[in-house]
Amino acid sequence: MSNYLLIESRDPFEYGDTRYMYSLADDLAAKGNDVTLFLIQNGVFTTRPGVKDNPLEGLSKGAQSVKVLADDFSLRERGISQSSLLGGVKVSNVDNLVDLLVQEGTKAVWH
Amino acid sequence: MATLTIALMDPPYEAETTTTALRIIDAAVRKGHRVNVFAYEGAVNLTMKDQAAHPNPVKGTTVEEEDHVIPSKLVAALLGTEQVEWINCGLCVDERGSGNWVDGARRGAPADFLKWSQESTNTLVIGTK
Repeated sequence: MSNYLLIESRDPFEYGDTRYMYSLADDLAAKGNDVTLFLIQNGVFTTRPGVKDNPLEGLSKGAQSVKVLADDFSLRERGISQSSLLGGVKVSNVDNLVDLLVQEGTKAVWH
Repeated sequence: MATLTIALMDPPYEAETTTTALRIIDAAVRKGHRVNVFAYEGAVNLTMKDQAAHPNPVKGTTVEEEDHVIPSKLVAALLGTEQVEWINCGLCVDERGSGNWVDGARRGAPADFLKWSQESTNTLVIGTK
């Protein structure tokens, strides 16, 4: 099994293909891979509660679930409070993103 | 210490991805890693030394009050760490006539990007929208 780092910089209401990244993350995790979905820039908009048809809420929950991280700088820029994020979302930063990128064998995809 | 290769495509003053990419490069350098940057398409303009701050006559503000961030100066600072290598795609440079670069940037080709990717711990391609 592999280690995947999917970096989503887009809001699903901005680009239709954004939802494919969430589906890809879910499918990779379902196959037993270790998957991190790192939300950055407008990608963090899905961390807010109350978003209609939110693909983040559609991710499977369970042992092989996708680990979801949100960039703190992007959250602050957009006035999204770190205390009111959807359940399961952890606040992170680019330092942590670099740590994930330099892990041997990590497959990184930016969208 | 690891080596990251990052491909950029967005020009300066255009997209948030440039800011994010520079943040990632900065973070990697602070952690002691090496970073190779392959600038493709409009991103070759990031290294243009002639970028300059300006006043805003509409608002009546001075250069100092505007306090512009100059992308080429950020790139120059990263190159000054000697942990960052920067190659501009030669054909992209010729198309845009974007010469006069900050010190440390050099001309290359996609073959350099392939070589870097093969030699690096990881590669991140940050495409344009």
